[in-house]
Amino acid sequence: MPDLLLELRSEEIPARMQRKAAGDLKKMLTDGLVEAGLTYEAAREYWTPRRLTLDIRGLTPRSKDIREERKGPSTKAPEAAIQGFLRGAGLASIAEAHVHSDPKKGDFYVAHISKPGRSAEEIIAELMPAIIKSFPWPKSMRWGPASAKPGSLRWVRPLQSIVCTFGPETEEPVVVDFEVDGIRSGNITYGHRFHAPEAIKVRRFDDYAAKLESAKVVIDAERRKEMIVADARNLAFASGLELVEDEGLLEEVSGLVEWPVVLMGTFEDTYLQIPAEVIRLTIRANQKCFVTRPQGSEDTLSNHFILTSNIEAKDGGKEIAHGNGKVVRARLSDALYFWNTDQGDLPDLDTLKQSAEAFGLDLKKPLDQRMARLDHLGVTFHAKLGTQGQRVQRIRGLAREIAKLVGAEPKLSDRAAVLAKADLQTEVVGEFPELQGAMGRKYALLQGESPSVAAAIEEHYKPQGPSDRVPADPVSVSVALADKLDTLVGFWTIDEKPTGSKDPYALRRAALGIVRIILAARGRLPLQQLFDAALRQLEEASVQRRLAAFEAEQAAIDSGDVDGEQDVDNALAAYEAELRKETIDRAAPLKADLIAFFHDRLKVYLRELGARHDLIDAVITPDADDLLTITRRVEALGKFLDTEDGKNLLAGTKRAANILAAEEKKGTAVAKAVDPALFREEAESALFALVDQAVSEAGQAIRNEDFSAAMRALSVLREPVDSFFEKVLVNDEDVAVRANRLALLARIRTATDQVADFSKIAG
Amino acid sequence: MIDQMPAHMHPSRSFQGLILTLHNFWAAQGCIILQPYDMEVGAGTLHPATTLRALGPRRWNAAYVQPSRRPKDGRYGENPNRLQHYYQYQVILKPNPANLQELYLGSLAAIGVDPLVHDIRFVEDDWENPTTGSAGLGWECWCDGMEVSQFTYFQQVCGIECAPVAGELTYGLERLAMYVQGVDNVYDLNFNGLEGNDKVTYGEVFLQAEQEYSRHNFEHADTAMLFRHFADAEAECKALLDAGAPAEGGNQANHKMVFPAYDQCIKASHLLNLLDARGVISVTERQSYILRVRNLAKMCGEAFLLTEAGGADSAKTSMKEDGMRMEKL
Repeated sequence: MPDLLLELRSEEIPARMQRKAAGDLKKMLTDGLVEAGLTYEAAREYWTPRRLTLDIRGLTPRSKDIREERKGPSTKAPEAAIQGFLRGAGLASIAEAHVHSDPKKGDFYVAHISKPGRSAEEIIAELMPAIIKSFPWPKSMRWGPASAKPGSLRWVRPLQSIVCTFGPETEEPVVVDFEVDGIRSGNITYGHRFHAPEAIKVRRFDDYAAKLESAKVVIDAERRKEMIVADARNLAFASGLELVEDEGLLEEVSGLVEWPVVLMGTFEDTYLQIPAEVIRLTIRANQKCFVTRPQGSEDTLSNHFILTSNIEAKDGGKEIAHGNGKVVRARLSDALYFWNTDQGDLPDLDTLKQSAEAFGLDLKKPLDQRMARLDHLGVTFHAKLGTQGQRVQRIRGLAREIAKLVGAEPKLSDRAAVLAKADLQTEVVGEFPELQGAMGRKYALLQGESPSVAAAIEEHYKPQGPSDRVPADPVSVSVALADKLDTLVGFWTIDEKPTGSKDPYALRRAALGIVRIILAARGRLPLQQLFDAALRQLEEASVQRRLAAFEAEQAAIDSGDVDGEQDVDNALAAYEAELRKETIDRAAPLKADLIAFFHDRLKVYLRELGARHDLIDAVITPDADDLLTITRRVEALGKFLDTEDGKNLLAGTKRAANILAAEEKKGTAVAKAVDPALFREEAESALFALVDQAVSEAGQAIRNEDFSAAMRALSVLREPVDSFFEKVLVNDEDVAVRANRLALLARIRTATDQVADFSKIAG
Repeated sequence: MIDQMPAHMHPSRSFQGLILTLHNFWAAQGCIILQPYDMEVGAGTLHPATTLRALGPRRWNAAYVQPSRRPKDGRYGENPNRLQHYYQYQVILKPNPANLQELYLGSLAAIGVDPLVHDIRFVEDDWENPTTGSAGLGWECWCDGMEVSQFTYFQQVCGIECAPVAGELTYGLERLAMYVQGVDNVYDLNFNGLEGNDKVTYGEVFLQAEQEYSRHNFEHADTAMLFRHFADAEAECKALLDAGAPAEGGNQANHKMVFPAYDQCIKASHLLNLLDARGVISVTERQSYILRVRNLAKMCGEAFLLTEAGGADSAKTSMKEDGMRMEKL
């Protein structure tokens, strides 16, 4: 069976796009081949910064001939129908169609369509230009003289050449001939840009890979990665160091070279006073180099870094290591400057006094100064939600309230909230936004804040994702919840909720974070109460803002009038009452909507932990706002349903509910209360006695939040429910007896409803 | 070409030698060698030889040095790498020749960068200039980890799609010179390549100016005046465009006053940068000022397409599609 070799060579493809592009190429071509009726044994993609390569083995040389008959319209059909049939069947005239007879329908046309199989080359030559023209690059461009005309080819960077050969191992492969915007396929490629710029003629994948390898191109990215990491480890080890591994960086670096040569560079020891994370990010982000640490060390780095060059330099890489070292030093010198500047005084401290007062800041401390500046500059958080300063005030008020609920010292929560966003004004975070929080913590410790305040500054952003750690310290919990609640409730008040796949403010993540923190804290934190607290902070600010605007407007209108002042006061009072009412009116539906949103987040979260989704539905009621209770109920219910008693009671309860539902639908009378005088069977009175007991015991257990006890209380019903259905016919002829029995069934539902809605449970 | 120059003019010894070598190289490729634009600009791209000439169908190959002013980057002469006034070497080739990367590498070889000793890399970096509404795809070019040039295929200029696409190369001359001279502080660069008493350093030429302009940019520039001049430049730009616009229903379809209008657009852009350095524009305001300049740039770009240089006449006759007759290296 023949093999296909394809190479699309271009100017340097961005590293982050290469892997996906090679995968897309494979998928588009193999899908197209299969669609055209070919099969293949194996396909593998390769990539370097300058080429996407595809190796398809065992491709069938031809697609099969296809013969089919297609029924057409009656011979008496209108002309339009006949024309449509001809077009669909690909016939030139009706003379090419056959006429078949049917005893009922009469004569009708039939087209005999025969599609001869096509050669794989023909199919590939047809597919490739379309694939290249519609290639899904995240960003593409036009170039050269051709770009003067509209519709010219777009590629990620100028496409330079195409290799496309096809043939069995035993024969000389042929070039599959096609052309895209003036680029014609062939069997010529080029090696390393500097080491082997000459043209290379290739036959098939095996000699292609081998020739490129000797032209200093390793086409397999995984191999380049292995080479880089192995050489980097060895180089570090030889200097008594170890490599700080970084998979993301390795992937990127492997996409920047065709011939990786690993070298080591150095910088001065003095830069090691910069926090290790800042050094690592500086070297990584700007220079795409790895850092190293002394063997066995955890937190400290060494002053050696590892770079990956693309050439085997004539001087063994001396110049390259030296040049990179210079750049790294310049960058670290900037980083050191940032780190020191952040610990010093800001200029113009006088202008910050008002902000300092509003937040209780001590302008002798650097981080306090940064917070004052954040407020002073009026940096916008969101046009409709005010400035960062206003937001911090809200978070602060909220954190103090939550502190009482989670057992944190309110003063510490307040301080942590006040400083939580201060590092946004530091130079280091300006340079590396991903260090927000972490830098705040370092600077807080340096100015002598309590360790739990410092920790809360970092941890209030957590958890960032499903696998991120949840804060445990009560101070961190209070600020983390306050921050996320303010965001979530805030965006709800301005009606910017996530829709479908769009969640630009990461509100789902914020809600999931709140869910996880509340469950981990194992305290009583009813959502209603939290929402109310957040709303109070948000609405108060908004009411005050609107009142101020209103006052200014009124004053302008009434100036000159003798009674003006009194009128303004009256109008203001009326407007305030109106605003407050509006606020209250809006709050209820908003909170209901938010609770439903949290229920969805909780369901997703519990399902991921393995909880049954029907059990969650059975337990959640629209106003259930205590996430911990919901979770405990789900757990207890799950355990109960794993027992024999649980399974049978579920079956019995469902049966009772079904009968009731059917009769209620028919309009059959159901007694308001159960009357023991109407019992005819022993099983009825036995069940009645136990149902009442179960209702009150389960109710009591639930009030005590002992859900296992509630389940146990229900489990006594299993036997009497079973025997009731065994021995009693609900549909008695006596209407009163029947209504009484239905009322008894309703009692069973009442009993179980206290625990969960059994009708929502599967099985 | 280098051997025709005296040894002290070699780029590894002299800053001006570096500039002359690049001039020689690009002149040999057929570029017209222009002189710097006589106005304050933030980057070589803003020279009308790039921003306006990149538009329209006509062929255009030019190279020039452009002094560039970034008021905010002033460091009172205390930072060894940062300047509020520096030189960019700018090459613009429209349409871009197929071998533009090779030509660029050839220019590096001309200034003495051996690609088998130095690690040269093209690292993704898409260029964007929000103030003029221009954007392109390309790379930053690295030499041993240092960014020495920006390489861009213009896709859009003044908010207008480029047809055809131009290739733009921008060399940061001081940085490149520091590299080839092996100097760590920009002020230590040897300007004229001579030694001893005859040697002139970059610091001797520019240090005092850096200090003075830093004071001006950050402390003394009269912001009320700058705001006023910004408004004036904006109004003048629009007025000139109106005055030069083809009369409605008239026979003459060409625009008659684009370059003078564009000067006012450049002026507004620089005034904005000064105001920004003085810290008197908030983040949100800054955005709206940028939009105002972009609007001017867009109007100038559109008007340029109505001029002869913008291809208004040649569009009638069919455009010659022969590529670049560039020397293959």
